[in-house]
Amino acid sequence: MQSLILTTTTRLLAALLLMFSVYALLRGHNLPGGGFIGGLIGATGFILYTIATSEVEARRALRVDPSNIAVVGLGIAGLAGLSAGLAGEPFFTGQWLFLFAEDGGKGLPLSTVLVFDIGVYLAVFGGILTLVFALEEEI
Amino acid sequence: MELLLAITIGIVVATSVYLMLDRNALRFLFGLVLLSNAVNLIIFAGGRLTAGAPPLIPEGAYAPVDVVANALPQALVLTAIVIGFGLLAFTLALVYRTFMTLGTVNSDEMRIAEPRDKRQLDESRLGMGKADPEHPATGQEAGI
Amino acid sequence: MTDDYPKVDRVMGGPAGWISIAFPAVLFLYFLGLLPQIVNGPQVHGIDWVPSLGVRFSVLLDGLSMTFALLITGIGTAVTLYSARYLGQHPQYPRFVCYLLMFMVGMLGLVLADNLIALFVFWEVTTIASYLLIGFNADSAKSRRSALQALLLTGTGGLVMLGGMIILGNVAGTFELSRILQMGDMIRAHPWYMGILLLFLAGAFTKSAQVPFHFWLPNAMAAPTPVSAYLHSATMVKGGVFLMARMNPALGGTDAWFWILTIFGGITAVFASVMALRQTDIKQTLAYTTLMALGSLTMFIGAGTHYAIVGAMTFLVVHSLYKAALFLMIGIVDHATGTRDATVLRGLWKAMPLTGAAAGLAALSMAGIPPMVGFIGKEFMYKASLGLGGFGAIWVTVMIFAASALMFVTGGIVALKPFRGELADTPTPAHEGPWPMLAGPLVLGALSLFFGLVPGVLGHYLVGPATHAVEGEVHEVHLYLWGGVNMALILSLLTFLAGWLLYRSHESIRARLAAFEARNPIDFDAGWDRVLDGFKAFAAWLTGLIQTGSLQRYMAVTFSSFVVLVGGTYLIKGAFGDGLGLATASVHPVQWTVLALIAAGSILVVWTHSRMTAVAAMGVVGIGVSVIFIMFSAPDVAITQLLVEVLVVVLVSLAMLRLPYLPRRSRASFRAGHAIIAAGVGVVTTFLTLSVLSTPFDRRLTTFFETASYPEAHGRNIVNVILVDFRALDTFGEITVVAMAALGALALLRGTARKKES
Repeated sequence: MQSLILTTTTRLLAALLLMFSVYALLRGHNLPGGGFIGGLIGATGFILYTIATSEVEARRALRVDPSNIAVVGLGIAGLAGLSAGLAGEPFFTGQWLFLFAEDGGKGLPLSTVLVFDIGVYLAVFGGILTLVFALEEEI
Repeated sequence: MELLLAITIGIVVATSVYLMLDRNALRFLFGLVLLSNAVNLIIFAGGRLTAGAPPLIPEGAYAPVDVVANALPQALVLTAIVIGFGLLAFTLALVYRTFMTLGTVNSDEMRIAEPRDKRQLDESRLGMGKADPEHPATGQEAGI
Repeated sequence: MTDDYPKVDRVMGGPAGWISIAFPAVLFLYFLGLLPQIVNGPQVHGIDWVPSLGVRFSVLLDGLSMTFALLITGIGTAVTLYSARYLGQHPQYPRFVCYLLMFMVGMLGLVLADNLIALFVFWEVTTIASYLLIGFNADSAKSRRSALQALLLTGTGGLVMLGGMIILGNVAGTFELSRILQMGDMIRAHPWYMGILLLFLAGAFTKSAQVPFHFWLPNAMAAPTPVSAYLHSATMVKGGVFLMARMNPALGGTDAWFWILTIFGGITAVFASVMALRQTDIKQTLAYTTLMALGSLTMFIGAGTHYAIVGAMTFLVVHSLYKAALFLMIGIVDHATGTRDATVLRGLWKAMPLTGAAAGLAALSMAGIPPMVGFIGKEFMYKASLGLGGFGAIWVTVMIFAASALMFVTGGIVALKPFRGELADTPTPAHEGPWPMLAGPLVLGALSLFFGLVPGVLGHYLVGPATHAVEGEVHEVHLYLWGGVNMALILSLLTFLAGWLLYRSHESIRARLAAFEARNPIDFDAGWDRVLDGFKAFAAWLTGLIQTGSLQRYMAVTFSSFVVLVGGTYLIKGAFGDGLGLATASVHPVQWTVLALIAAGSILVVWTHSRMTAVAAMGVVGIGVSVIFIMFSAPDVAITQLLVEVLVVVLVSLAMLRLPYLPRRSRASFRAGHAIIAAGVGVVTTFLTLSVLSTPFDRRLTTFFETASYPEAHGRNIVNVILVDFRALDTFGEITVVAMAALGALALLRGTARKKES
């Protein structure tokens, strides 16, 4: 299906969706969003791109094989969980670092929980794209 | 609302069961999708229905101020949806592959592992062939 | 096990060999050093292993476990030394050593364990090691069959015994043997005593090859000779005897114990002695004499008097010494001459004097001729049997007399006949064995003589403490070679006379036994095959019944069971109607519409026979569900549901491009039976949902998450906090599933692409 209008707008839309997916991921801890939703949005963006252009084109744009992304995501999530062990706490206990925290506020929170959510994002994103690309390639 | 929702869930479940009883693997797949929707609804409803109060903690507060919706089944359902999608995708790939290899989506015709002929089943899979008198031990080994 | 394998050049088995010799040797010296302490009383050491289940890794060091530990490590040293030469150049010798050491560790754990569960684990380790060692020569179908038979039989016995152990642990309130053994009176009076006893004996009898479970042991001779010497005569098969001796203070002393053990033990001893006469392969003869020994030991542990236990413990040591020596000896003969046939071997004495000496010492001990230690063992057994009251005395005496006379004959067949007379032709010319193979049999034979001459040492250090452990109380043990002229001595002399007469005519007896065996319809080995065949036939029948291979039928059975079981429960409990009172008045028109859309969409999926309509209808249902999530305050879930719905439609549509059309609708396509099942599942589900919704709601978990979400996990979106923090491990599992499903589908689809190209 080659349509100039679709192809052009899709480039823009896919980029927007990807950006929005990262936004959804980052705000997830306090507002609706998170790794699952972010990953799904990001995958949808790429699928749109795939439909508008081709699976080969989408793979080129992604640069990395999606199955690798999924596995790396799993690895990141697992490491985030293991890192609690460094602090001598049980597996998957969240570790937090509050940068620039002032009285009452929490400043810029950095945490292994966020790292874990990034892992979830990558696993979902990579997993779904693996599936879709495989099916698309086949057909 | 609960009564109506329960009836609706019943209808979705009934249709999905009817579809899953079909020999056609595609209809089976449709049934699977509907069933996972229905089950998600049951889990969600099990945590009780609360309208207009998402489980978020407002800025400045340490806990929800008013009664908010039950967050736990939401978390369960959220992952269940994604898992259900994974299951569906895998089943779809399986059906697809089966069709490419066997040329059928009729589950009754997929019988490479479980041939319909019982004798064939016995001999090929369970090593129930008559023991060879020359080598009495072979019948044993094939079977275990 | 002759020379038909490619040789690997190793000196004494290479590093594997050296380690395997050093390991038991060092342990042997260590246990020997501990011995003086143990003589004064038992010791218990231990650490917790699985504290929540009361499983401790604890060690009970007393005379019994010490005697076994010394036999295991001592004979182990002889056997590993022997194997380094016997098998050292076998390509898979290192593997053999691994199995042997695994067995050694398992057997030591078994005899030293103070915890029943730990004992069971080690028990099974020895079973597995035995399986691997019997099947070591895996190219041979016979080896594999024998290995599997031994594994299944002793493994089943072990599992049954585990049941007994668990019951006993519950009755006693502990799995610690050192405590259980002091509760004997309570356990014997308990209503479950009989069950515990039978379950334990099932384990002991299979392991120690009592009739009717005996047939695996002669078959186990398919193992290399050192293994037969070690596992299947000196140590592992004594595991069952060990268990009975160990449990004697807790389970022994009742009438049931006495009769079960003496009857099975007696039958085993006599049956095995007769069968030993029948064999022409000397290794098989030895296997049956091992059975005889196990039967005698069982019988005397069952008899349970002081003399019986002393006799059993003495005989235990005696038998291990002479039987290991004889097995190793026959291995040397086999190695040197290429045959083990008793009817062929003659006149080896000149060519193999040292082997002959070892064989002679061991066989004298086996025949029970003074001054060998075997004589002492036999004397005590006679003394014990005569001391029993009533019918028991007659039974045990007759059995032990018959077995001993036959032992005398077998000793002659095994160690006298092959060495006497003119040298016969053998497949390879006879020559003396190398020193590593001779060392073991010679030392063991010499020990048989040494203990016979100095019985006090054996009595003080081994038999005395062991008897103490088995009886659970202290009695002075005094072993002696000459006890004056008494009934036991007269019986001994009669035994020799009977044995000598039998030996003179043993060849015609063997021929008659062979003729009898040919006509005998009872064949345990073949019976075992029939049991296995029956089992397989049953499995095939059951598989055919349950696994029809029809997905449709599986589904129908599953769903019908759901309707019958859950619906039936509802009917019995009278719970239909719960929740019907839930208010419907407040339903907003939008809600009505959404629910109606969902219901209509799902019905449309069933009704339509156009694939695209079905996919679209599924989309309607999915979006309707996500609207419900929005209405009832679940934004995260709703977003996820919407996105997934999009992906489902995309994926299914993509697949549709290649998949076939749905069959056209026709009158025949409606299945009333299916509709009834479907309606049943729907109705039951509805009532299930309603009754869940009408029960009082427990908000404790939810309250915890709500109050802990911000202060502890620093997040304001409670759903997300649950996902990535409180329940992060679950989420991790779930994304693993997603990734695996993707990789699995990828593998499936990749395959088709390749197929298409070719």
